[in-house]
Amino acid sequence: MEVRVQNIRKEFSRFPALNDVSLDIRSGELIALLGPSGSGKTTLLRLIAGLESPTEGTVYFGNEDASRKTVQQRNIGFVFQHYALFRHMTVLDNVSFGLTIRPAGRRPSKADIRKRALELLDLVQLSGLEKRYPAQLSGGQRQRVALARAMAVEPNVLLLDEPFGALDAQVRKELRRWLREIHDRTGHTTVFVTHDQDEALELADRVVVMSKGKIEQIGTPDEIYDTPNSPFVFGFIGQSNILPVRVENGQLWLDDRSIGVSATGEADGPAQLYFRPHDIELLDGCGGCIAGIVTVTRRVAGTRHVELDIGATHSKVEIELPPEKVTSDHSRIAFRPTRWKLFRN
Amino acid sequence: MAHDAASHGGTGNTELVRVATSEHRLARYGLIGLALCFVGLFLVLPLAAVFTEAMRNGPGEFFTVLSDPETFSAIRLTLIVAGIAVPLNLVFGIAAAWAIAKFEFKGKAFLTTLIDLPFSVSPVISGMVFILLFGSHSLIGPWLQSHGIQILFAVPGIVLATVFVTFPFVARELIPLMQEQGTSDEEAALSLGASGWQTFWYVTLPNIKWGLLYGVLLCNARAMGEFGAVSVVSGHIRGLTNTMPLQVEILYNEYNFVAAFAVATLLALLALVTLVLKSLLEMKYSEQIAASRRH
Repeated sequence: MEVRVQNIRKEFSRFPALNDVSLDIRSGELIALLGPSGSGKTTLLRLIAGLESPTEGTVYFGNEDASRKTVQQRNIGFVFQHYALFRHMTVLDNVSFGLTIRPAGRRPSKADIRKRALELLDLVQLSGLEKRYPAQLSGGQRQRVALARAMAVEPNVLLLDEPFGALDAQVRKELRRWLREIHDRTGHTTVFVTHDQDEALELADRVVVMSKGKIEQIGTPDEIYDTPNSPFVFGFIGQSNILPVRVENGQLWLDDRSIGVSATGEADGPAQLYFRPHDIELLDGCGGCIAGIVTVTRRVAGTRHVELDIGATHSKVEIELPPEKVTSDHSRIAFRPTRWKLFRN
Repeated sequence: MAHDAASHGGTGNTELVRVATSEHRLARYGLIGLALCFVGLFLVLPLAAVFTEAMRNGPGEFFTVLSDPETFSAIRLTLIVAGIAVPLNLVFGIAAAWAIAKFEFKGKAFLTTLIDLPFSVSPVISGMVFILLFGSHSLIGPWLQSHGIQILFAVPGIVLATVFVTFPFVARELIPLMQEQGTSDEEAALSLGASGWQTFWYVTLPNIKWGLLYGVLLCNARAMGEFGAVSVVSGHIRGLTNTMPLQVEILYNEYNFVAAFAVATLLALLALVTLVLKSLLEMKYSEQIAASRRH
């Protein structure tokens, strides 16, 4: 189901947690709310769920105003970071809970509930564990039960609050792919909150980057990574270098030398140059370049990270090189950014 | 490793390899002995004395004194009072713990302190409070009298005093447990469509049932054993307003030692049964209890 958030404001005892946030979620979409802690992403998720009520603004499910409905009436599926499984119930009872508590008129028969719960357990690859208690499961298994439980009620929208936050790195990666598969098979409109950019970029159809109670940028993972529209998004997503430069006649200048990058159409004046460590090319001579002395090199998986000292007044610059390119400390390297962005204050 | 450590410690040669928890043998046995002595002297010995005194003239007399009508009425009254006070405090306790643990509101700290009040005030004072409230010189005393409502020196007064004194047991047991468990289980139930009542019945209550049971056992033990507050409001009318602890005192003051200790035995047995019951439950459901704390 389509979900629209319109001009939502939320204050917690006068402290604004969300400030005029609007967001359209298309039916069947997998959306990530990404941001540092305190950015309001969890608050937004809980507002959609109905676990919080907005100070101002409206949430629509389809064409219906959902803000007037309680969390029970909204028919959503919510998955908590720490699972929140009912510890005194078996896995099967946990998954069936949403159906068994329905009033007699809307409740499927016992056999149907059991069948549906077993199907869901099969979907989340936990067949055979239906008689276990949550305490007898691993973290990853518990989160799958929580997901099956949320899907049992055929929710309008599936909301996940840092679903993999409490799991270790390996399990997290596995579950990420698996969640994408489940989503593609079931087609639920899904919103999940994460502070892990890899998770958001790998998993989501669209990523919503949030900061300080506002949406900074909404876009596909490619758009977010390749064309960040604010210094915050550039700095928050991926690695980045920031240098204070000067624009003069369509050329970029660092201190008193040109760095060999033309910025046609940019107005003259000071600006901040943002570029990623891998978006560079090495140069032999230096007709126009950024040059620096190698201070530290680190081998990280398939690349070599090189830290350069480009002059005492600037912070260190990090670039990524192919691992076969061996650089010794104190050697001199010249490069120029191939893909970059300018931001002005 | 442990053995090594002990022998090193024992010979006092070296302090190099030593487990943090292993002390000198003398120190260990000394401390254990000290603890056992203390338990024996202050717990086992008095308990044994109560039982031997009660059985001094054989089991025949033991049962004869217990079937005395005044003593019998004291036992009945104690059961009635506990039967009213414990369920009331069960409900109050859950409600108070629920409010404090799951919601944020102004005056929460004050309410928490208030719940502890009966623990910090001497029971005698608690009894006095009810005398001041309902006595013939109080504001509502004359009104009660003119309507023929007897609260002091009657069962209602005893129940009120007992409820007051035993109020904190259930709430105190539940508040930390509920706070630790947080609200996400309840939120999960609500998000799945459960009503408030269903959430409480199927999720909250099962989560706290072991703590609740423990609180109820403690509450019951105190309700049956309360002396100070009840003594002030009861009026000591024989065969009418004497509970078991009061009856013990009266019998003892009349030098009727066997009878006094016989009733005391029943109270002591209550304590023992409570403890055994609690241990049995913990043994039988240790996994569930651990799971409800872990998770």
